[in-house]
Amino acid sequence: MTQSATTADIPKQIYQIRVLNRDRVYLCEAGKSLLIGMEQVNADCIDVGCRGGGCGMCKIRILEGDFQTKKMSKSHIGDKDVSEGFALACRTFPSSDMAIESDHVRTAAVNCCNRYPESLNNQATNNKDNAEDK
Amino acid sequence: MKKGVMRPGHIQIRVLDMEAALAHYRDLIGLIEVDRDDQGRVYLKGWTEVDKFSVVLREADEAGMDFVGYKVVDNQALDTLHQELLDFGCNVEVIPAGELKGCGGRIRFDSPTGHLFEIYAEKEQTGKWGVGDVNPEAWPRGLTGMRATRFDHCLLYGPNIADTLKLFKEVLGFDLAEQVVDDNGTRLAQFLTCSMKAHDVAFIEHPEPGKLHHASFFLDSWDDVLRAADLISMTDTSLDIGPTRHGLTHGKTIYFFDPSGNRSEVFSGGDYHYPDHEPVTWTADKLGKAIFYHDRQLNERFLNVVS
Repeated sequence: MTQSATTADIPKQIYQIRVLNRDRVYLCEAGKSLLIGMEQVNADCIDVGCRGGGCGMCKIRILEGDFQTKKMSKSHIGDKDVSEGFALACRTFPSSDMAIESDHVRTAAVNCCNRYPESLNNQATNNKDNAEDK
Repeated sequence: MKKGVMRPGHIQIRVLDMEAALAHYRDLIGLIEVDRDDQGRVYLKGWTEVDKFSVVLREADEAGMDFVGYKVVDNQALDTLHQELLDFGCNVEVIPAGELKGCGGRIRFDSPTGHLFEIYAEKEQTGKWGVGDVNPEAWPRGLTGMRATRFDHCLLYGPNIADTLKLFKEVLGFDLAEQVVDDNGTRLAQFLTCSMKAHDVAFIEHPEPGKLHHASFFLDSWDDVLRAADLISMTDTSLDIGPTRHGLTHGKTIYFFDPSGNRSEVFSGGDYHYPDHEPVTWTADKLGKAIFYHDRQLNERFLNVVS
């Protein structure tokens, strides 16, 4: 498995992609990302977001197979994620048949700005003063 | 009440690959590249904007937005607002003149939604690109792509939009032009203006702080929006949704993603706002129509994908 290679030198080939958690299999053309390949055959087994490595919606775990990746936003795929086999499907290019799990999109972190005065924080849950405060 | 904030002045966007980003913002959206700096940042603007730049791209390991800046009328207003931001409880940082090339000193502050904003009074005025101030032609030749005219606004996601409204309204003098309110009277979305535009900045309540939903650029007409859609297909650019119309603000719009996953909008039209206007309210049970006036359906990707 190598990182950050280009896909230009990969011969045209079709790989079988098994999406275990969705119990689906689709065929992905070499040179296409797992996500674009999935969209092209309307397989609907990985959630589609920005398609550019920035939003994390298509986060997957790779269980089997060879692949290359392009740069992904660190806020969604950190070094630990990479070592644990996580990747974004939009930036992952298969070079063999693969088995993956989709639906690893991160749940949004809760908790906001506790540095603000308590009086302000208390109003955060009570913003009912919507139209009258013109 | 107006407090001297005039307009959105700049946004600094993080991109994973600068050359790919330039193909998007410069060649596709049609912004003009005006400068670069020794940090590797690239400065761009829409051709109608008189100040030197309005979009700054910074190559980074993650997508998203660093900050949005607003221009104020003069240094006196800047000083007054500086103190009021401190009094409000913001974390405030003074950024010296020249940190962005051609930009005067900036007052940077954070919001309850976890975003960084800036105000500044001075930026080099290079004039509209390709046309003069005297007897100007209608438009310059040599524009590319969608020929976007200006950086117009951004929509930001974060927690505690209620206090962020207080900050923008009471300290910075913005008006609430439009809002989405649920059955309990809780505001889910707010569109704020410091001008006559339907929005100069917008916020949607979201648990994760500091997120960018989209940066938006203005086009002159619906024809231009349709032509933008054609260009999105021609360049195989990642489409989000559109062309369509919003219920909120009634703008005619299309959304798409830059190669790092930051969402862009180009739009035309839209409502106007005077200071004596009551806020326009959309109720949460009509949220589908509020967002996409024709489909009238909620779109999960549009609502949930942010960078």
